[in-house]
Amino acid sequence: MQKLVWALVVLLVIVHQDFWFWDVGTAEDGWLVFGFMPVGLFFHACISVAASVTWFLATKHCWPAELESAPPQKEAAP
Amino acid sequence: MTELWIISGYLLLLLGLGLFASRFFSGSKSDYQVASHSIGPFLLLMSLFGTTMTAFALVGSSGEAFKEGVGVYGMLASSSGIIHSLCFFLIGVKVWALARRHGYTTQIQFFRDRLASDKIGLALFPILVGLVIPYLLIGVMASGTVIQGMTAGAFEGFEPFRTGSPGTSFGVPKWIGSLVVCLVVLTYVFFGGMRGTAWANALQTTVFMVLGVVTFVVIANELGDRVYQDRLAKEAIAAAEGERTFFDNLALLGGELPEARATRSEMSFTKFVTYMLIPFSVGMFPHLFQHWMTAKSAGSFKLPVVAHPVFIMIVWVPCVLVGVWATLWPTLDTLSLPPLPKLPDSEVVNANAVLTFIVKKLTSPVLGGFLAAGILAAIMSSLDSQFLSIGTMFSTDIVNHYRREPLSDRGQVLATRAFVIGVVALVYFLSLGNYTSVFALAVWCFSGFSSLFPLVFAAVYWRGLSKAGAYASVLAAAGTWAYLFAQSGYGKNRTYALELAIAGETYEVMPVAAMFLASTLALFLVSLITPKPSEATLAKFFAERD
Repeated sequence: MQKLVWALVVLLVIVHQDFWFWDVGTAEDGWLVFGFMPVGLFFHACISVAASVTWFLATKHCWPAELESAPPQKEAAP
Repeated sequence: MTELWIISGYLLLLLGLGLFASRFFSGSKSDYQVASHSIGPFLLLMSLFGTTMTAFALVGSSGEAFKEGVGVYGMLASSSGIIHSLCFFLIGVKVWALARRHGYTTQIQFFRDRLASDKIGLALFPILVGLVIPYLLIGVMASGTVIQGMTAGAFEGFEPFRTGSPGTSFGVPKWIGSLVVCLVVLTYVFFGGMRGTAWANALQTTVFMVLGVVTFVVIANELGDRVYQDRLAKEAIAAAEGERTFFDNLALLGGELPEARATRSEMSFTKFVTYMLIPFSVGMFPHLFQHWMTAKSAGSFKLPVVAHPVFIMIVWVPCVLVGVWATLWPTLDTLSLPPLPKLPDSEVVNANAVLTFIVKKLTSPVLGGFLAAGILAAIMSSLDSQFLSIGTMFSTDIVNHYRREPLSDRGQVLATRAFVIGVVALVYFLSLGNYTSVFALAVWCFSGFSSLFPLVFAAVYWRGLSKAGAYASVLAAAGTWAYLFAQSGYGKNRTYALELAIAGETYEVMPVAAMFLASTLALFLVSLITPKPSEATLAKFFAERD
């Protein structure tokens, strides 16, 4: 599962470079989502939601549990 | 005048919050600088998000969208959603655990210990402070500009407040607005320390997120109605049957968008790709490092890691849409509307003033006042953490570090407060200078921090990082930054990019790509050929290998 989560992060970075929606997003070309949102903006808003979902999976499956029990603080040397 | 009352009320509320937070202050250095590591998931989310979102989130996002189109969301916002959370996850949690174990409150303490090098502090300190100061300056100057613009006309007839532009005349002058904001932030940072800062950030983040959405709905309806009236007068559309709804307005505004703003047809693809390196700056922001240290537990990071991308979307999508819709304003020529504000002595529209201008012209003074409070909230939620982090670095990494006898807890709190006052005063006086090009420095500040990211990543994850490798990385980052900054005319060329010629084609690349590459290569190659850290040092930072 850990590998899948990190693969999703890499996938997010790849799909972020969405050259396929580069030149579309107007009423004339028919790429307005919900009739008002240019597809380039909509797609990247979806990437934001997908990023949250991916990071949720990361906190579930890749969380460094050993850090939860960090020993109490001591003072750093000045 | 309504706007002025609302702004004043909001600033008073913040002062009250800071003073209230001071009642919980235990008097210790740890409490003042890192809130005794008591911040839970929700406050950590709000303070991290509020700190990373500056004035740029509301004003700059709409301004950039006005100039460049919807592509700015991908360039600046969705990329940050991925990379910021990545930094919180990979760097924040790990550094938090190390700092808890070894008692660090600043980045420099961590690097001195990790690299077993006292001098690395002297190399990093001026770079970190030097990159934060312009960032602070932008916030202080922007706050004065926002207050002046939103209160224009409030002191009608009071000659000292007259300016050459109707958009600012008889408003609160910039120097007073900036001074008041500095004093408010100083007061709640001074008395409330990190706890006051975290509480204020939670309030301010809520304020600017809610107001951003409210402004979006109101502007969509008001601007949509204007576009409808104009197109009807031009007989470009048929009269609507029945009452027009919010969604009718959205559809009308979306359908009217010019191609250059609804697509990325005028944007460089390679610049867009390399812009993704800029959000790595959060891995090295000293003020974010200090916020990480406030976390109660490693688990406190989970909510910020997950919610940060969606929070960015909630703020940025409405602002980007308002920015691109604003390009329709000059087409509404049947309605005799005032023209969009121009840059001084120029016919070019002042994109950063578009949002406040439209709000002022299309909505009530009450919403205008609240929006101004929202913009100030976004500015102040970054300023407070930056002031506190620089004060903490001065008192911890310079004063206390080089004293023969370390200061007491009380002495360190006093020293931090004294430096916070000094930094606020310095930044305020610098802000009085009349240099507009400072706004172009933002991307250079971020690029500088990003180019130091390989250092913090290697410090946390690579046993092979050597002291010499770290110095080489810092020098390479600073050297390429200084060279490219000079090449850009010290930030004057705002669209400066490197040009790569490959197979007869020229590709534009953001300067941060060269800095990042130079810093990474220097770190890696020099570390390979220089002595490794001692086993004792590695044992402090890495689990034993099987």
